[in-house]
Amino acid sequence: MAEAHPVGFQWVMEARKRGAKVFHVDPRFTRTSASADVYLPIRAGTDIALLGGVINYILTNELDFREYVLAYTNAATIVSEDFVDAEDAEGLFSGFDPATGSYVQDSWQYAGHERDSGSGHTATARETAAGLRHESHGAPIAGQVERDETLQHPRCVYQILKRHFARYTPEMVQRVCGLPPEKFLELARAWTQNSGRERTGCLIYSVGWTQHSVGVQYIRTGAIIQLLLGNVGRPGGGVLALRGHASIQGSTDIPTLFNLLPGYLPMPHHAQHPTFDDWVNAIRHPGQKGFWGNARAYAASLLKAYWGEAATPDNDFCYGYLPRLTGDHGTYQQVLDMIDGKIRGYFLLGQNPAVGSAHGRAQRLGMANLEWLVVRDLFMIESATFWQRGPEVATGEIVPQECRTEVFFLPAASHVEKEGTFTQTQRLLQWREKAVDPPGDARSELWFFYHLGRRLREKLAGSPLPRDRALLDLAWDYPTHGPHDEPDAEAVLREINGYDIATGRPLAGFAEARDDGTTAVGCWIYAGVYADGVNQAARRRPGGEQDWVAAEWGWAWPANRRMLYNRASADPQGRPWSDRKRYVWWDESAGRWTGHDVPDFEVTKAPSYRPPPGASGPAALAGDDPFVMQADGKGWLYAPSGVLDGPLPTHYEPAESPVRNPLYGQQGNPTRKTYRHPVNSVNPSPPQEHSQVFPYVFTVSRLTEHHTAGGMSRTVAPLAELQPEMFVEVSPELATLAGLNHLGWAHLVSARAVIEAKVLVTDRLVPLRVDGRVIHQLWLPYHFGFEGLVTGDSANDLFGITLDPNVLIQESKIGTCDVRPGRRPTGAALGELVDDYRRRAGVTPGAVPPAVTPGVPIGPPGSGGDGEGNG
Amino acid sequence: MVDAQGRPGGPATPAAPPPGDPAAGAGWVDAPPRMGFFTDTSVCIGCKACEVACKEWNGVPTSGLDLLGMSYDNTGALTANSWRHVAFVEQPRPAGHRGGSEPTEAPASGATEFLGMPAAGPPGRTGTAEGRSDFRWLMMSDVCKHCTQAGCLDVCPTGALFRTEFGTVVVQEDICNGCGYCVSACPYGVIDRRVDDGRVWKCTLCYDRIGAGLTPACAQACPTESIQYGPLDELRERAAARVATLHERGTPEARLYGHDPHDGVGGDGAFFLLLDEPEVYGLPPDPQVTTRDLPKMWQRAGVAALAMAAGAVVAFLGGRR
Repeated sequence: MAEAHPVGFQWVMEARKRGAKVFHVDPRFTRTSASADVYLPIRAGTDIALLGGVINYILTNELDFREYVLAYTNAATIVSEDFVDAEDAEGLFSGFDPATGSYVQDSWQYAGHERDSGSGHTATARETAAGLRHESHGAPIAGQVERDETLQHPRCVYQILKRHFARYTPEMVQRVCGLPPEKFLELARAWTQNSGRERTGCLIYSVGWTQHSVGVQYIRTGAIIQLLLGNVGRPGGGVLALRGHASIQGSTDIPTLFNLLPGYLPMPHHAQHPTFDDWVNAIRHPGQKGFWGNARAYAASLLKAYWGEAATPDNDFCYGYLPRLTGDHGTYQQVLDMIDGKIRGYFLLGQNPAVGSAHGRAQRLGMANLEWLVVRDLFMIESATFWQRGPEVATGEIVPQECRTEVFFLPAASHVEKEGTFTQTQRLLQWREKAVDPPGDARSELWFFYHLGRRLREKLAGSPLPRDRALLDLAWDYPTHGPHDEPDAEAVLREINGYDIATGRPLAGFAEARDDGTTAVGCWIYAGVYADGVNQAARRRPGGEQDWVAAEWGWAWPANRRMLYNRASADPQGRPWSDRKRYVWWDESAGRWTGHDVPDFEVTKAPSYRPPPGASGPAALAGDDPFVMQADGKGWLYAPSGVLDGPLPTHYEPAESPVRNPLYGQQGNPTRKTYRHPVNSVNPSPPQEHSQVFPYVFTVSRLTEHHTAGGMSRTVAPLAELQPEMFVEVSPELATLAGLNHLGWAHLVSARAVIEAKVLVTDRLVPLRVDGRVIHQLWLPYHFGFEGLVTGDSANDLFGITLDPNVLIQESKIGTCDVRPGRRPTGAALGELVDDYRRRAGVTPGAVPPAVTPGVPIGPPGSGGDGEGNG
Repeated sequence: MVDAQGRPGGPATPAAPPPGDPAAGAGWVDAPPRMGFFTDTSVCIGCKACEVACKEWNGVPTSGLDLLGMSYDNTGALTANSWRHVAFVEQPRPAGHRGGSEPTEAPASGATEFLGMPAAGPPGRTGTAEGRSDFRWLMMSDVCKHCTQAGCLDVCPTGALFRTEFGTVVVQEDICNGCGYCVSACPYGVIDRRVDDGRVWKCTLCYDRIGAGLTPACAQACPTESIQYGPLDELRERAAARVATLHERGTPEARLYGHDPHDGVGGDGAFFLLLDEPEVYGLPPDPQVTTRDLPKMWQRAGVAALAMAAGAVVAFLGGRR
C-alpha cells in the first residue's frame, strides 16, 4: 500500500502513530513492510490458504461475533442435501460439468430451493463475466429459507464452513504459504482481538488479490472473515478495494466494460433477453425479496436517457437498439480475435495494453492486425508506436512497411485540463474544476465522444437504413461552450442524475425513477448527485465544520450514504452494539432509524417487523435483515450462487506453479478461463511433467515512482530519474544459484517471451521451503516499455492468458519462469530461445492443461450425488 | 505569525541578538520566528514525493537517469540538482533489537522454514535468511541543514549566500560567481556547484513560499508528515515528545540529530529523528562549522607574522653590525 498508494497510506501511518499494530503479508519486503510492525513473507498465490487458516482459527476457538453472525449472516441457513463440498471430493464441488468446465449450481442452493434459485448452469454466466453485476446486489433466492438458530444442524452454513476449513490449520498454512505458525497465530490473534462489540477491523485490498485465476475467491475469503467478526456495515469495518487509478470505481458504475450498462444493469444477451420484459425480469426476479423490484423503472429511464423522444412505452423504449452479447467479448478474447482478423477497429482511451496487459506480444500482434486504431493519450505511448518500434519489429514478426493497421494518435486532455467527477472506492463522487486549458490539439474525452457522435450523425442524416436508427434517434443535445465547443460536463451530470421529462426538474433520488417514460436517468445509482439542480459532488464543506462522517463533502452513491448495510451497526433490536461504535440506530420514540449517516434501511421499518407470508420486494425483508441488496437480507458466508467457482473459497494453486496443491488432488481452479490459441502457452505445473524447466516464481507490481504502464511517469523527468531502468529483484541465495551479479544483466524466460533486466540483489527477498522444496521468488516492476525518457523490457510480456471465471480478470500477479545471467538474445535468436524452452517443457502452443487434474473424480453435473463420480 | 509586510529592508544595526537567533545576528530587526524542518524518519515511507515536489516548484534540472543499485536510491546524494535526497538503507535487524519479545525461532517440525543458506554477493550482507522478516529498511529524506553557524555563509566572498529573516541560509543565484569556497566549507557536503553553469545551488527552504505564508513544497507534498515545517522552537518540542513516545513504545534506538544548539554548528534549522547512528544514513556524527578555528588561525598567523617581522628586524639589525 505504501508502494502503490502512498497518499492513502498516510492514514495507516496515522493509525500507527496512535498505537495501531500493522501486519504486512507480501512475497517481498516492500516500503509497506518497512513501515509495518510485523512482516510475513508469503509464497505468492496462496492467500486463500492463509485467510482460510484465519477462518479456521476463528471457528475452532469460537471467536466469531456470535450475535451478529446468527442474526445478520446466513450461518443458520440449511443447505441442500445434494451439496458435496470440495473437501469431500478432492477439490471439486458437486455439479461440475466437464464438458464446459463450469458448475451447475442447483446442488449448492439452500434446502428446498434446488430448482427455483440461483443461476443453474453457469457456462454462459462465465462467458459474460456475469459476476460483475453483483457489485451492487446479490443473486436471487426464491421464498423463505430453512434455518437452525442453534447452528447445530450438520447442513447449516456454520457447520459446513467449519468442516470446509477444518484442514486449514497453522501447520497447513505453513506448508502451503511458507509462514511460521507463530507468526500466523500472531496475525490471527491480532485480527480477532480487534473485532467485536467495541472494536472493528477493516480489510483493504488491491490488485495483488484480484489478478488471480481465483481472484474473486480471495476477496470472498476476506469477506467471510469480516462477516464472522462482525466487521461489515459498522464504522471502521468493511472490505475495501484500493483502486489503481482515479475513478476506477466510476468506470464500473458507469462502465467501460463489455457486459454492463450504467448502474450494474446487465448488457442484454441475445438468447436470454430477447425482449425488454425478459431483460427486466432477469434483473428484478419477480417475487424476490429486496430492492431490485424497481429495476423496470431504472431500465426504462436509462433507455429514455439514451433515446429521448424516440423511446416510448409502446416500442419498449427502443430496447431493440441496445447491442446484445453473444458470448465472451472481454479484452483478452478481443485481442485473440484481432490476431485472427475478426476485429477491424479499436479505440484505446488512456490505456496502454502493449505494456500494461498480460501477454504483451499477443496485445501487440493483435493491434498490428487491424484496419484502424485510435489511441487517445497524454503521450506517444507504446500502444501507438508498436508497429514501428515494438519488440516484434526486431524479431521480424511485425514489418512497419507492411503493418496493415492505420494508427490515429489523438492527444488527450489530462484530468487538470477538463472538468468532471472522480468516483473513489467509498463510492464518493468528487467534482474537479478545470485548472488550465489543454495544450494544442489536446481535448477531453467528453469533447471527443460528443463530436464524434455529432459527426457520425451528420454523415448518416437521412439514411433510410434501419441499422442507422439507433444512432440517429439518440438524444445527442448537450450544450457546448468555448472556442472548441466543449460540451458542458454539468449538463451530463444532470442527465446521469436523471430528471422529470415534462418539467426538467432533476430527480432527488432513484425512488423517483418511473417505468412509464416520464423520467430519464443516465445512471440510477447516481440519482441525487444533482438533486435540487445543485452539483452535490462539488460540495467542499471543510471537515472541521461538520461531523466526522462529513456528509457534505462530495456525494456518495446511493443516496449520499457513506456506508452500505449500516443497519448492521445496530444490534437486532436496533441499539448500537456499543457506545464506541455508534453509527445508525432505531429511535423508538420517533419511530425511525437515525444516526450519523443516511440509514441503509427503510427508515420507518421497526427492528421488530416481520414480513407477512408471501411478501416480496422490500416488504419481504425483516426489521433485522441488514443486507438489503441480498435476496435473503443476510451477509453470505456461503454463496449458493453468484460466484461461479464455488460456494466457498478453496485453495487452488495458480495456473502456473512449481508446487503440487498440498490440500487437494485438484491442482488449479477447475473453472478458470483458458484460451486455446496458438499465441497462448501455459507453463507446465505439477502433476504435469517438466515443470522444473520454469523453476522460479515471479510476481510483478508497482513502484511508488511510476504509474501503471509508465505513460504518465516514464515520460516525466522528475519521476523517470527516480527509477530509471527496468530491474529484477532476487535474493542473494538465488543470485548465487543462478550466477547473477548485482547491477549486472539477467534475462527471464517463460513459454511466451524472454525479457531482460538489471539485477538488484537484495535481502528483501527470501527463499521459502515448501514441502521440502526450496521456492525462489523474483519480483519485477511492470512499468517499463520502449517509449519515454527511460525504457526497458515489459514484465507483462512474460505472462500468458488465464482468467478468473467470475469477472474475467487475468492472472497477472504470478507466473513461473527461468532466469539466466546476461542480456537476452535479439532478432531471430530470441524466438529460438523461447522455442527451445517450450520444447524442453513439452509445451505445445495453443494447448491448455486439463481443467480437472487427472485422477480427480467428477460427480454427475446437475446433482450432488455422493462424490463418487464417473471420473 | 510570519508577517511578510514586516520585513526590514536589510540588515540594520544589531542589538545583541539572543543566542541561536541567527536572523537577529544577521541584523534583522523584528524578525519572525526562526523557521525550519523536522524530518521524522520513523514515519518516512520513501515515496520521494519531497524530491519531486522540490524539483517541480524550484525548477531544478534532472540529476541523471542512472540506476545506482543503492537500494531504491537513484538520486545518490544532495547535489546542485537534488535539494532533497531520500536515502534507503537495507539493514539486517540486529538480534534482540525489538526488545526480546520475538521468539527465537527454531525451525518448526513442519516442512517449511526460512532457509539458512550462506548469504552471497552484494550488497555484501552476512548472516542467514533466518529472521530476515525482521529485516529493516530505513528511509530518510535529507536536506540542507540551514545551520545556526553556517560555514558556507561565512566564507562567501560575494554576499550571494545570506541569512534570511526566517533564519535560513539562501543562495542568490544572480550574485553567486561560482568561486566554490562554500562547497568545501559545508560540514555536511550539501552545497554543490552545477556543472553546466558553475554556480552553487541548494535548498532555500522555499524562501519564496514561506515569505508568502506557504509551507515549503517538500513538506506540503509529504503524505505522512515525515517532513514537518514550522517555527524551530515548536518543532524541537514536538520532536522531543515524539522521541519520548517512541522510547515508550519500545523503539529505544530513536534519537534526534541536529537539534542541539550546543553542537558544532550551533544546531541545525533542519534536524532529524533517526533510528540508527548518523553514519548509517551518511551523516557526519559530530559536524563542526568549518570556520570554527578561523579566528584562532588568524591569531596564530598574526603571531607568526609578527615573529617573522621581528626575526627580519633582528636579522637586519644583526646584519648591520
